[in-house]
Amino acid sequence: MLEIVTAVSKWAIPVFLALVLVAGVLRGVRVFEAFVEGAEQGFGMAVKLIPFLVAMIVAISVFRASGAMDIFVGAVALLLSCLSVPPEILPHALMRPLSGSAALGIASELIEEHGPDSFIGLLVSTAQGSSDTTFYVLTLYFGAVGIRKYRYAVASGLTADFTTLLASILIVSAIFK
Amino acid sequence: MVNYVWLSLILLGIFTAACKGQIDVVTQAALEGAELAVKTAFGLIAIMAFWLGIMKIAEQAGLVRALAYLVRPVVRFLFPSVPRDHPAIGAIVMNLSANILGLGNAATPMGLIAMRELQKLNPHPDRASDAMCTFLALNTACLTLIPSTIIGIRAIYGSAEPTAVVGPTILATACGMTAAVLVDRFLRSVYRARGT
Repeated sequence: MLEIVTAVSKWAIPVFLALVLVAGVLRGVRVFEAFVEGAEQGFGMAVKLIPFLVAMIVAISVFRASGAMDIFVGAVALLLSCLSVPPEILPHALMRPLSGSAALGIASELIEEHGPDSFIGLLVSTAQGSSDTTFYVLTLYFGAVGIRKYRYAVASGLTADFTTLLASILIVSAIFK
Repeated sequence: MVNYVWLSLILLGIFTAACKGQIDVVTQAALEGAELAVKTAFGLIAIMAFWLGIMKIAEQAGLVRALAYLVRPVVRFLFPSVPRDHPAIGAIVMNLSANILGLGNAATPMGLIAMRELQKLNPHPDRASDAMCTFLALNTACLTLIPSTIIGIRAIYGSAEPTAVVGPTILATACGMTAAVLVDRFLRSVYRARGT
C-alpha cells in the first residue's frame, strides 16, 4: 500500500505535466506562449504576499522570542490536562498552527527524547502529520488576493486543529496503548 | 478576529520581554521575522511562475473546466455559491489533490490560483467570501496520505516502524476535516444571519 502511494506521489507531477501539454497541443493552444503568459504573473503574486507574511511572521516571532509563548503554554497546560492531553505534547500542539518549522523542531526533540516508538513519540508524529500551519495558510491565501477581513476562517481553522489533536490522542491511545 | 490575534501576539510579546528585562529581544525578533517573511515570499516566486505557466496551458486547453465538470456533485454541496463549471473549482480540486498526495510545492500555487479565481466571484474584495472560508477550512485540515517529513524524522531516530503513524494520521485528519466542514457550515449561517 505504502509503495503504491509513494509511486503515485513520484509520478503525479510528471504525468500531469505531460497530460496538460498533450491536451494543450491537441486543443490548438500555443503552449509556449500560454506558459510564458501565465508565468509572468508569478513574480507579482509572490511580491504581493510580502506585507501579509511580514505582519504575521513578525508577530509570531516576537511572541515566541519574548518568552510569552512559554507562559501561554504553561497556562493552557493546566486547562488541557483536565482533558487528559499529555503535557509533553502541549508546546507542539500550541505551536503547530503558528509556525511550521518551530513545531517540526519540537516534534523532533520529543521523538529524540522519548523515542519514536514511545507513546509520546507516536502521538507527536501523528499530530504533526495530520495538521497544517493554519495561520501561515490563512495569511498566504488571503494575502495573495488582498483579503483583510478573514471573517470566521480563523475560528473554523482552529476548531479543526483542536479536533485533529483530540482525535490523534484518542486514536493513538486506542491503537498503541 | 485576526486583528485581535495579531495585536495580542505582539503586545503580549513586548509586555513579557519588558517584565523579563530583555526588551532588546523584541526588536531582534521582529527584524528576523520580517526577513524570514520576505525570504518565504521570494522562495515562492519560482514555483508560482512555473505552476501559473502550466495552469495557463491547462486552462486554455479546457482541462480546468473539464475537471470542474467531473466533481460537480461534491462541489454543489461544499461550494454552493460557485457556478458549476467555474475555473475556481478546477484549481480547488487540483490543490486538494496535491495536498492529499503530499505535493506541497504544487499545492500552494494551485491554492493561490484557486483564491484568485474565487476573488473574481467575491462581491466584497477586502472580505473573505463564503467559498473562500470553506476552501481554507478544507485546506488547513486537509488529508495527507503520506506525511513524509515526519516519517523521515522517525526513521532518523531509529524507529522500528517509521510508517506506523500513517493509519492514525489519516484517521485523525479525517476527523479534523469533518469538523472543519461542519464548523464552516455553522459559522457561515451565523455570519450570514448577522450580515457580516
